[in-house]
Amino acid sequence: MRAVSALRWNPRPQTIRWRIKPSAHILSLIPFVYLVYSIFTDNLGANPVEALTEETGIWALRFLLLTLAITPVRKLLGWTWLTQLRRMIGLYAFFYALLHFLVYIVFDQGLSLAYTYEDIVERPFITVGFAALCILLALALTSTNGWRRRLRAGWNRLHRFVYLVGVLVLLHFIWLTRADYLEPAIYTSIFIILMIPRAIGYGKKSLSLLAGQSTSSLKE
Amino acid sequence: MLLKTRKSYDLKESDVTDERLFQRRHLLKSGIYGGGALAATSFMPLAAWANIREFAGQIGSAQQTMSVDEELTPWEDVTTYNNFYELGTGKEDPSENASALRTDPWAVTVEGECNKPGKLNLEDILSAHEFEERIYLLRCVEAWSMVIPWIGFPLADLLKRFEPNSKAKYVAFETIYKRSRPLPGQRRQVLEWPYREGLRMDEAMNPLAFMAVGVYGKPLPNQNGAPLRLVVPWKYGFKSIKSIVKIRFTEAQPETSWNMSAANEYGFYSNVNPNVDHPRWSQARERRIGEFFKRDTLMFNGYEEEVAHLYAGMDLQKNY
Repeated sequence: MRAVSALRWNPRPQTIRWRIKPSAHILSLIPFVYLVYSIFTDNLGANPVEALTEETGIWALRFLLLTLAITPVRKLLGWTWLTQLRRMIGLYAFFYALLHFLVYIVFDQGLSLAYTYEDIVERPFITVGFAALCILLALALTSTNGWRRRLRAGWNRLHRFVYLVGVLVLLHFIWLTRADYLEPAIYTSIFIILMIPRAIGYGKKSLSLLAGQSTSSLKE
Repeated sequence: MLLKTRKSYDLKESDVTDERLFQRRHLLKSGIYGGGALAATSFMPLAAWANIREFAGQIGSAQQTMSVDEELTPWEDVTTYNNFYELGTGKEDPSENASALRTDPWAVTVEGECNKPGKLNLEDILSAHEFEERIYLLRCVEAWSMVIPWIGFPLADLLKRFEPNSKAKYVAFETIYKRSRPLPGQRRQVLEWPYREGLRMDEAMNPLAFMAVGVYGKPLPNQNGAPLRLVVPWKYGFKSIKSIVKIRFTEAQPETSWNMSAANEYGFYSNVNPNVDHPRWSQARERRIGEFFKRDTLMFNGYEEEVAHLYAGMDLQKNY
């Protein structure tokens, strides 16, 4: 386990603030910039609305899974600084999900409240998608330091709803698929893998050994 | 439905067509390889045209007999946005993997309840027919649609040649599937291969049912179902089976691939019907490719006048 403990890297606060965080912002915005660029260069194919809907949706899912990967990776490698990126990555998941929803209500529903309501109520895959978005909105609004202080222990309980978001989003994806289940299957597998540590309580003893710490100095 | 049927003495489309469209048509009709100039910018590998090349001239000079008062979907969209799972399940996969489909040699087996079954090669099938151009609406079950100028001949004329007998209540079709050499999308069982479709006999004999061999004055690109495909414009697009290798006259209703995949979602008839929703999404509106906002879906895709009588007395909610 020598090699793994050598990976233990704790950057200074300045590095996190001035290098790591800005880089994470830039990387997270690349899909968005590419989509805007594709719109203006007419590079979205014959059905640009469909392409936009699919792309924003899949990036929202990817950022959601990235958010869920932060804690397991942190515990595995001992990279405590990763926690400082989790809010940002989570908010980007919400950002892309919001874009996904906006494309849908503007172009698919023509901003009609009636059509949108009908879809949300009558189409199960849209019901779960909309529910996921609502939860993400609540998580986004309470993501600030102020809300964290205000809610204290309740904040952790509230933000564990992100796991439900994962389930709802995957159902949304599976239920809109016609015949080719390969992509939904891959993302579902990744989600399950990320949820296993949570299910078994992270196997604190074994993981901390991996991270090069002794069990007596075990820290959360 | 504003279906316009042309008589031989009518004015040509070119007299009223938009200038650019006319120029393009003119270019296509002039010469056997009139489409060659456009081929350089198209997405079809020329090799796949091999034996249909002989018919390219006939395709290019086909007279228009039916059209609709709608803007045509551009060639690029018609040939790069396809559902042809044999060549991949993404919309752009069929055009990207088009070269995997070999259309030369091509044979169609005709069998079942008929007096003249047989295995015919493409030349034998096509040489007996005069080609015409028909501009049809095509409505996909996914709620998008296109306006496409097909070249071909009536399905009825083809079927009559084989003399279906009184037991032939349905006609079944199959797409190419070679176990020894599956197409890229056929390596996975996203659908049960070969792709199967079918029509009731009176649907098949309806004047609108069309066998297409070309589009936009050129032989069908592989991604559009070369060399021979069905177009049934009043039904959802998946019933317009592509790359046909088998035609069978049957007494019993034949199985169809999408019905086998999800029977509660895709029925045998699958007539375009805004009043009958797909279990998971609405069919009341559709997106015309090229437009951003949705438009209302028409009963029988606008062909109500021509086909509604086929379903008189049928409960279309049950027979979806």
